[in-house]
Amino acid sequence: MASRTSTDAQERFEREFAEAPVRPTITFDSISGEKTKGLYTWDDADPGDPDEKLGFPGQFPFTRGVHANLYRGKLWTMRQFAGFGTAEDTNQRYQFLFSKGQRDLSVAFDLPTLMGLDSDDHRSIGEVGRLGVAVDTVDDMERIFQGIDLNQVSTSMTINAPAAIVLAYYLVAAERQGVPWKNVRGTCQNDILKEFHAQNEFVFPPQESVRLVVDTIEFCAQHVPKFNPVSISGYHIREAGASAIEELAFTLADGFEYVEQSLARGLAVDDFAPRLSFFFIAHNDFFEEIAKYRAARRIWARRLRDRYGAKNEASMKLRFHAQTSGAALQAQQPQVNLMRVAYQAMAAVLGGCQSLHTNSMDETLALPSEHAVTLALRTQQVLAYETGVANTVDPLGGSYFIEALTDRMEQAAEEIFEHIDELGGVMKAIETGYFRRVIADSAYRYQREVDRKERIIVGVNDFVDNQVPPVDLLKIDIETERMQVARLKDRKAKRDQAKVKECLSRISDVAKSKENLMPTLIEAARAQVSVGEVVIALAGAFGRYAGVPGG
Amino acid sequence: MVKSRPPRVVLSKVGLDGHDRGVKIVARALRDAGMEVIYTGLWQTPERVIRAVADEDADVLGISILSGAHMTLVPILIDLLRQEGLGDVLFLVGGIIPEEDIPKLHEMGVSHVFIPGVSLDNIVTFIREHLPART
Repeated sequence: MASRTSTDAQERFEREFAEAPVRPTITFDSISGEKTKGLYTWDDADPGDPDEKLGFPGQFPFTRGVHANLYRGKLWTMRQFAGFGTAEDTNQRYQFLFSKGQRDLSVAFDLPTLMGLDSDDHRSIGEVGRLGVAVDTVDDMERIFQGIDLNQVSTSMTINAPAAIVLAYYLVAAERQGVPWKNVRGTCQNDILKEFHAQNEFVFPPQESVRLVVDTIEFCAQHVPKFNPVSISGYHIREAGASAIEELAFTLADGFEYVEQSLARGLAVDDFAPRLSFFFIAHNDFFEEIAKYRAARRIWARRLRDRYGAKNEASMKLRFHAQTSGAALQAQQPQVNLMRVAYQAMAAVLGGCQSLHTNSMDETLALPSEHAVTLALRTQQVLAYETGVANTVDPLGGSYFIEALTDRMEQAAEEIFEHIDELGGVMKAIETGYFRRVIADSAYRYQREVDRKERIIVGVNDFVDNQVPPVDLLKIDIETERMQVARLKDRKAKRDQAKVKECLSRISDVAKSKENLMPTLIEAARAQVSVGEVVIALAGAFGRYAGVPGG
Repeated sequence: MVKSRPPRVVLSKVGLDGHDRGVKIVARALRDAGMEVIYTGLWQTPERVIRAVADEDADVLGISILSGAHMTLVPILIDLLRQEGLGDVLFLVGGIIPEEDIPKLHEMGVSHVFIPGVSLDNIVTFIREHLPART
């Protein structure tokens, strides 16, 4: 029930606001189109049962964070996503990032690798080494980490359709360094479901794709215990145009699907759930983003405990990586992107992220230059060491606005889960095109708001400035493609061909069975079988997926 | 006077780039503006794109590239357009295109390059003002 004083305060707010000279077109809705009030009071923040709803940091339901001591004991991992050109170019960029204070790695692969094509495939023309590093065989993987001790660093790898193959390469690269698998730390993105919703880097049909994911979950639970086999990602869903609520709900729904399919495999929830990790965006709408992370943790914890019967608290803890939004960056006045990134990064930290990538100011124009990537990393260092925001865990907990927004996000996500259930679950909803339709609608709504100037984007639809100093951009050497193709051809010519053939035929057999594919993929990695060759063998058994009509 | 048909636009993603947020928004905006839009979907080869332009008797071809492969793919598309006698089709490129590449793309025969931040109305207006005359 509203108290008299807060009702009075609301009335005063409205009265004063009615007389204020605001721009006629501008909207106060959140970036996601959610109605936002101008004033929140204790009447908006329903405390419910405080133990069930908020708890304390490091305690169920982890609304306030997964660690009792968040950043004082250990700062978030500053993990800049990087990769371009050949393995050597990428290795050099990593050495550069280490010299600037980064400690862990995040590998960006080029489009052919992401799509499971070899560099010498005709479809790879123009794309080799361009958006990330080209990896054709385990040799490339080994070269990326030349002089980098895989005992010491944790490595995140953004790879999806061919993730199981690339993970096999990574494990063999570790093996060649003499690093036991039980010490290997890192994360494979390996979230194929969001590829069908948004990112479009799928190869095999949905069900076969998820089977591969479950193979890696099972294999890592048994042999690579410190590795996160999946990073369930909202980032790409949001970048494709979804609202914050849709990002939250679709990502968690995907997470539930992986849990259910792993349970169906016969795995015990507490054996694999502690290693499921998440990846969310950090977008412009500061408080909405913070509420999103807090709601995500609460929803996940409750679902894992209440529906999936998790007993181990580690299974209930939603740990996440955050990356600032690429689509929120602008090509006009690129230096202004530095400020956008800084605020987005602060939202991620106030929301309790475990690791963070800050985008570089020049990424609407090209892959980041050394100068731009240094500033992006420095942004995190300023945040960590100068602003004081990392000193206190969940500093916004108890804010009327934040708690009301967290509740709202949770409730809206639950409504979407119900709708997905009505459609017959995630796999069915993919077939109907549900996710893609919702995302495209939201993207269009947002663009129209910008065009109508309901939302001001500095330098784009207001505060336009044509006298901006240019930024120096990174150029990818056109020689890269030729070199990589030549190297791959040479490698293919100098292998034990009988062994390669045997591996490929074994992959095809295992793919058709219910056996876990990982041991066979690792054998193929050791035998220098290329990504493209493995994918062709798998596609022979699984088929290829062309997407839903009307895409 | 013969009533002219609405402008017919083929929009496409060439190569391996899966970023389709922009192209889908543009497709919808052009449709809302009364144009006939054929969106080919992802992962098209240059040959298939040009086939679509010919089959649909399109006035406009819009290519979306966010992968950086534009300097490789655009010349191939232009050559094919000319070979097919479709050199008068209004050829537009949208995506992540560094400024220094824009004049080069114009020289190759691209009519306009739309970079991030352009308004949908600008795209609609540009097409209306630059439509090739129908013979």
